[in-house]
Amino acid sequence: MNETITARPISQKTIGELRAEERDWEANEVAQFLHKQAERRSDFFTLGDIPVKRTYTAADLADTPVEDIGLPGRYPFTRGPYPTMYRSRTWTMRQIAGFGTGEDTNKRFKYLIAQGQTGISTDFDMPTLMGYDSDHPMSEGEVGREGVAIDTLADMEALFDGIDLEKISVSMTINPSAWILLAMYIVLAEKRGYDLNKLSGTIQADILKEYMAQKEYVFPIAPSVRIVRDCITYCARNLKRYNPINISGYHISEAGSSPLHEAAFTLANLIVYVEEVLKTGMQVDEFAPRLAFFFVCQADFFEEIAKFRALRRCYAKIMKERFGAQNPESMRLRFHCQTAAASLTKPQYMVNVVRTAMQALAAALGGTQSLHTNGYDEAFAIPTEDAMRMALRTQQVIAEETNVTQVVDPLGGSYYVESLTTEYEKRIFDILEEVEERGGTLKLIQEGWFQRHIADFAYETALRKQSGEKPVIGVNCFVDDTPDPVIHTHPYDQTTAARQIARTQRVRSERDPVKFDLLLQQLVETARDPSRNIMPITIELVRAGATMGDIIETLKGVWGTYRETPVF
Amino acid sequence: MTQPIRVLLAKVGLDGHDRGVKVVARTLRDAGMDVIYSGLHRTPEEVVTAAIQEDVDVLGVSLLSGVQLTVFPKIFQLLASKGADDMIVVAGGVMPDEDVVEIKRMGVREVLLQDTPPDEIVQTLTRLVAERGER
Repeated sequence: MNETITARPISQKTIGELRAEERDWEANEVAQFLHKQAERRSDFFTLGDIPVKRTYTAADLADTPVEDIGLPGRYPFTRGPYPTMYRSRTWTMRQIAGFGTGEDTNKRFKYLIAQGQTGISTDFDMPTLMGYDSDHPMSEGEVGREGVAIDTLADMEALFDGIDLEKISVSMTINPSAWILLAMYIVLAEKRGYDLNKLSGTIQADILKEYMAQKEYVFPIAPSVRIVRDCITYCARNLKRYNPINISGYHISEAGSSPLHEAAFTLANLIVYVEEVLKTGMQVDEFAPRLAFFFVCQADFFEEIAKFRALRRCYAKIMKERFGAQNPESMRLRFHCQTAAASLTKPQYMVNVVRTAMQALAAALGGTQSLHTNGYDEAFAIPTEDAMRMALRTQQVIAEETNVTQVVDPLGGSYYVESLTTEYEKRIFDILEEVEERGGTLKLIQEGWFQRHIADFAYETALRKQSGEKPVIGVNCFVDDTPDPVIHTHPYDQTTAARQIARTQRVRSERDPVKFDLLLQQLVETARDPSRNIMPITIELVRAGATMGDIIETLKGVWGTYRETPVF
Repeated sequence: MTQPIRVLLAKVGLDGHDRGVKVVARTLRDAGMDVIYSGLHRTPEEVVTAAIQEDVDVLGVSLLSGVQLTVFPKIFQLLASKGADDMIVVAGGVMPDEDVVEIKRMGVREVLLQDTPPDEIVQTLTRLVAERGER
């Protein structure tokens, strides 16, 4: 361990001298001040319960080798995945949208693009997320309500009508049924004559965090992980610029976890996916450059920035040291970020704009590649056009007016941020070690280990809000009984289900039933052989007019379904 | 010694948001109530059948998927058809104000939205059961 500071501009003093000086300051200036007025609390913690000191000095960096801080775009990428970051191009402004049918959401996409959005992000309705067709009994009342309904290729064509998919990247937030939408996207691209290697975008397809947190799953764990593996290997060979997975902490956090658990559990899932792909014989550098991540940006400003920096460092070390990656692109963590929906409130809802702006600034200072800012109406319903415009403008103010984009990693070298970054790194690796000691991620998902940690912190947070220990403006402090201005929430179009179902039934009636049955039989055979890749037959099926439900229901017959034992 | 209040907490439909319902389950359990949690992705039929079989005082339905105006009419219809009109039904989750008014009109006794303090949830259920009186 370094006992002297090697980064010369900080200080020439030894660590011992710095610590002695800090003790002297505590005994004099601090003590005198405390004598006059005590601090607000005896101890201070981050939102994630990590104790923080009164202030930090160069001595707090004694455990951080300078090469671990390093430079942007260079291993271990603590300071950013790219050397020039926002000086070249600001993050992708990617507001999620989805409601009604493909046509309805297409209009919102075009509106957001006209407002200056630079990427597309798609939210699907619950039936699509869970693999049910719109006319399945479980879909009643849910078609196109919380996202867009997609059953067939025809829906996908309507969704992206008039949008050049070689020019704009498209993210799709979908998991257990993700590979089917990826197949539809590929067929759509082929029909339009696109070069598949020019398509850029992301499919979430992170099933493990579903079992942990978001709870959208269909099949048992083993075949579900196999599907993820198949997406990754297929894309590595056929869609060179496409991110076949978005390994996500966001939902772990929204389900209630601490920021530390969000970070550590996400990397635990990463390790499973990499190991699964390596088992196929594919080399790590063949697929790792396209692995992408998705994290929340919570309210604790510096903790979030430290979290992102630590995640990049941990990822780099895992990929290089554990998996033997040699290509630097395999070691640089790229992520999409969303501000924290669960931090937003119904009372005094316009305050949500301020909360979101603070979180978005932390995301930018943490070096995100892409950002969604939540609407002020998040605590009411899915967002209106007005709420999304305000959210997008929030990003634009940060990107265009604040100049935070001019310097890469402007908080690099901050004693506090660097110290917290290293603290996060240590704690993340401790948790990953514990996961391995306890038998690994898949075993612990089945035992509800992650789920219990998430539920514990969620419960703790609820109690802290109740006691006021965790202040929430408008909820447990600064409550204002004056009624808020009337809010106009996004209306649900009651004709949605009928319009959607009509198209699905038309597609079914127009397809060649003999060919379709043959392909379904091939799907079953492929599913039964875990060594085969499920993507090619799925592509053939959607091209031949298969619905998502056709594919999912057939595979339920092969693989069965998953039901969790809840822990609370 | 009175019997503890029995509660079935349920997630109906495809919604997977279970953070709130689990916090409520733990809160009520810590307050000494008998709590059953349905788990995810249940139908109204499954939930009503379980509520009756388990002889609960309160059926709490958590929804963050916007389907309240589809789900509650079904639940009340099923409760009525099974002669369980006296079941206390409460709702929780995220929904617009106008839907809160509408489901209360249907018969939902209280709507406990996000950020309701845990103690208030305990007090509300205790009060509703006391108001109902002995069965």
